[in-house]
Amino acid sequence: MAKRKTAVAFKGTEEQEGQLLAFIEQHRSMQGNLMPVLQKAQEIYGYLPIEVQKIIAKELGIPLAEVYGVVTFYAQFTLNPKGEYKIAVCLGTACYVKGSGDVLDRISRKLGIESGGITPDGKFSLDATRCIGACGLAPVMTINDDVYGRLNLDEVDGIIEKYM
Amino acid sequence: MSTVKLTINGIAVEAPAEATILEAARLANVRIPTLCYLKDVNPLGSCRMCLVEVKGARSLATSCIHPVNEGMEVTTNSPALRAARRQNLELMLSNHRTDCLSCSRSTDCELQALCREYGVDQYKFGDSGLEADYEFSMPHLVRDNSKCILCRRCVAVCRKNQHVGVIGTNERGYDTHIASAFDMPLAETSCVACGQCIAVCPTGALTERDDTGKVWEALADPGKHVVVAPAPSVRAQLGECFGMPIGTNVEGKLIAALRRLGFDKVFDVDTAADLTIMEEGTELLERLNNGGKLPMITSCSPGWIKFCEHYYPDLIENLSSCKSPQGMYGAMMKTYYAEKNAIDPKDMFVVSIMPCTAKKFEIGRDDMSAAGAGIADIDVSLTTRELAQMIKEAGIIWEDLPDEEADPAFGVASGAGHIFGVTGGVMEAALRTVYEIVTGKTLDAPEFHDVRGTKNIKEAEYDLNGTKVRVAVTSGLANAAELLERVRAGEADYHFIEVMACPGGCVNGGGQPHQPGDVRNFTDLRAVRAGALYSEDSGMALRKSHENPVIKELYDTYLERPGSHKAHHVLHTSYVKREL
Repeated sequence: MAKRKTAVAFKGTEEQEGQLLAFIEQHRSMQGNLMPVLQKAQEIYGYLPIEVQKIIAKELGIPLAEVYGVVTFYAQFTLNPKGEYKIAVCLGTACYVKGSGDVLDRISRKLGIESGGITPDGKFSLDATRCIGACGLAPVMTINDDVYGRLNLDEVDGIIEKYM
Repeated sequence: MSTVKLTINGIAVEAPAEATILEAARLANVRIPTLCYLKDVNPLGSCRMCLVEVKGARSLATSCIHPVNEGMEVTTNSPALRAARRQNLELMLSNHRTDCLSCSRSTDCELQALCREYGVDQYKFGDSGLEADYEFSMPHLVRDNSKCILCRRCVAVCRKNQHVGVIGTNERGYDTHIASAFDMPLAETSCVACGQCIAVCPTGALTERDDTGKVWEALADPGKHVVVAPAPSVRAQLGECFGMPIGTNVEGKLIAALRRLGFDKVFDVDTAADLTIMEEGTELLERLNNGGKLPMITSCSPGWIKFCEHYYPDLIENLSSCKSPQGMYGAMMKTYYAEKNAIDPKDMFVVSIMPCTAKKFEIGRDDMSAAGAGIADIDVSLTTRELAQMIKEAGIIWEDLPDEEADPAFGVASGAGHIFGVTGGVMEAALRTVYEIVTGKTLDAPEFHDVRGTKNIKEAEYDLNGTKVRVAVTSGLANAAELLERVRAGEADYHFIEVMACPGGCVNGGGQPHQPGDVRNFTDLRAVRAGALYSEDSGMALRKSHENPVIKELYDTYLERPGSHKAHHVLHTSYVKREL
């Protein structure tokens, strides 16, 4: 599972924490406040690392295990920040039958991270996506706004190396 | 109490208006199978074993959470229901590592029992193909999620009964699994090792760490002097592992079985319980008379101690410095007993039989080496269940065992020592001794009824020669947390508090025999099991710790007096603040 502790050091600021605490204060008495608090926290920090989940657990008086359970249940929450270069490999049907699963594995091995993960230097994050609507170019991946289509496995390493 | 009338399989029943169909069915002597349901703790309706037909309803109802209604007509046994339950079980097996021949819960597994009842085809959906998925970072527990059926009983008891909540349901769909936050090892969380999760697990997903191998090895080693002693509550429960009714006291057979396993000496932790009372009672009087930190809180329950260290570190000074009875027994074995019998403590192997999994954690605490040189006071702590396993493996015929008595050197105990295994027992035992010491009077009827029973928090006030002593007793860590919040807030002015980690005390400990939901949901195990210890106590002549001749001898020949320098070195300990 990629939803574990992130490899990147936490860089949250006091200002961000202040924003989160203020939001929690406003919603303290609200029933079912965990979801809106998590959404707000992700809006503030961009992701939900253990440091942020611990603040939420403590403030709301909910065990960390329960907070984490909710975070990992919903696909909208992420435990990892996005990297400087966001690699997205399309696993839509057309790309998948054209071998994008192997492309994903190749990048995963090259960078030493799983889908949903980020390299410790914060440079690359890797995600598997649903169909991005470029089936004619299958298999496809994107790195930020650059699109790479009709990939064959042998060129994948070279493409990644251009960004290193 | 208002009631409603309904029929279960055509049998007319009058049930309390707030009853569930499951409960009403019991009144008609009809058993409905359950797997995830635990009364008051886990009313989820997720396993869907308890499905019933309700006339007029659109779909099958989960009887464990479905309330009764006036005029309801319920069917619990029909071809459609049996098929639905069978298919649910087959679906569970499709995602269960079916390992029955080597699983430690085999013949004692709720899933296996239901599969037998419903004639399930284990391979209908193919083999699960799952591999073992172990977590064993704590010394007391092994989790194997490949056998987990996601009933969530463990999550519920951890959070609701124990106020700990270090496990939860992570991720979703096929990836759903029970684990700590961020899948951290349990050892990095504030898990208190109470083992309540193990006690309620219906399958082999949660088990204690099996330490019987180390004991077999020591027993086979002619160079080792191997001694053993059972905790108070073990005698009230071990019989359950051999088909005896819940609440049967099997002290005599227990001692006989231990002797037949080959232990060199069979002692009794109840003797150490009496010793605990002498030390703890003295400490209480010391604190009362010299302005010490109050309320003093008992320290017999290692799950409670770890909970306090994590969650109430500000109350550590309130904890009695006494080691638990297990700790005192081990320390006395490797010092006093070793010296008296001229045995090198290195050549001794000390085993305790405990109702508890936290005791496996306790023996590894920093301070548990009275003999010094890194020699552990206790070498192995086994649960009641592990002992039952050893007895079976040794080919001992339980039914034919005679009643025997423990070896007298450390095997004579008072009734006060016996009742340690029940919530309120330590308090009552302490009161018997403290009352007589302070007032100089003899208690003709040494029962303190106010501190008995299964109420969540019990309170009482006693007059000790003009001094009012206010006491409180609680068990289950959620109840303890409620009580301690009041202490923390300065709203409670108790002098002495007894806390046991497990609801009902040791009789309901995490190392006690498994009882299926079927039994747990309709029997108050805490009360029935406690009865065995109270009745033993009431039939005894020796009922007060300070009258125990062995205790007197220990002080006369070794420990000098309660609270002496020597006693502190051997019998007392300290605590550490732990992170949350």
